[in-house]
Amino acid sequence: MNGTHLYLLWPLAIVVIMLLVEGLYCIFMTYNLIRLLIGVELLIKAATLMLVTAGYVTGQMALAQALVVTLIVIEVVFIVVATGVVIGFHRHTGSLDVRDTRNLKG
Amino acid sequence: MQANLVINVIILMALIGAGLWAIMTRSLIRSAIALALTSSVLTMVMFRFNSWLAAVFELSVCAGLISVVFISTISLTEPLSPQEVLKHMRDRLARFAFLPILILVVGFALSLLKVSYNLPLPPAALEQDARNVLWYGRELDLLGQVIILISGVFGVIILFRQMRRRS
Repeated sequence: MNGTHLYLLWPLAIVVIMLLVEGLYCIFMTYNLIRLLIGVELLIKAATLMLVTAGYVTGQMALAQALVVTLIVIEVVFIVVATGVVIGFHRHTGSLDVRDTRNLKG
Repeated sequence: MQANLVINVIILMALIGAGLWAIMTRSLIRSAIALALTSSVLTMVMFRFNSWLAAVFELSVCAGLISVVFISTISLTEPLSPQEVLKHMRDRLARFAFLPILILVVGFALSLLKVSYNLPLPPAALEQDARNVLWYGRELDLLGQVIILISGVFGVIILFRQMRRRS
């Protein structure tokens, strides 16, 4: 197993980088708070794919899966809290525009 | 071998395509659905790489629960007026039209690179059960997960309590 799947590393790394570019582009170019969270989700998907790839290539699938499960738990909590903040912001200002956050007191 | 390669390439292209759809589509609901599709395609990749436990988590939690959270959030917001929709469409087209081209250029440029790696790989672990690794080898991770979950629950409770007080 060890090293036999090394040929998969670069093609999958390219896909990971493409997903990272998608997520970063979305974060930098969007003005919508919900779409910004979708960009963050895409970044997390890229990290998940990289973990699975690393586990497969190095033959440490069990460890990689354990880390992916931890990552998924963190992802869920982050998204739930972030959407709560977005709803609060929308109720407060009536907007989902990132630029309106500049007017907040804090 | 050849069939496996073709299937892998199709799945990975579907992953990139679903991600692009999530970003490019105008409707937020469609974006959330496209994100669920991205998670489902990532689940397929995980199944093909023998990560069954992680795949089940990804499908049930990311494709299921997170989509529900996103759709609920979207349903709690107000729709745009027709004038805002027109302006928004023109704006979005100008900002996101270059993304598919950028993705293709990045993918093509990276595929041209001749990367030679001589990685010092660790010795392959004996075939272990992920549940055993998580339970007996990553106890601190489990503790961290519990703490994060509790913090998240308290965070949401406090957020919504404050919102109720304000309204």
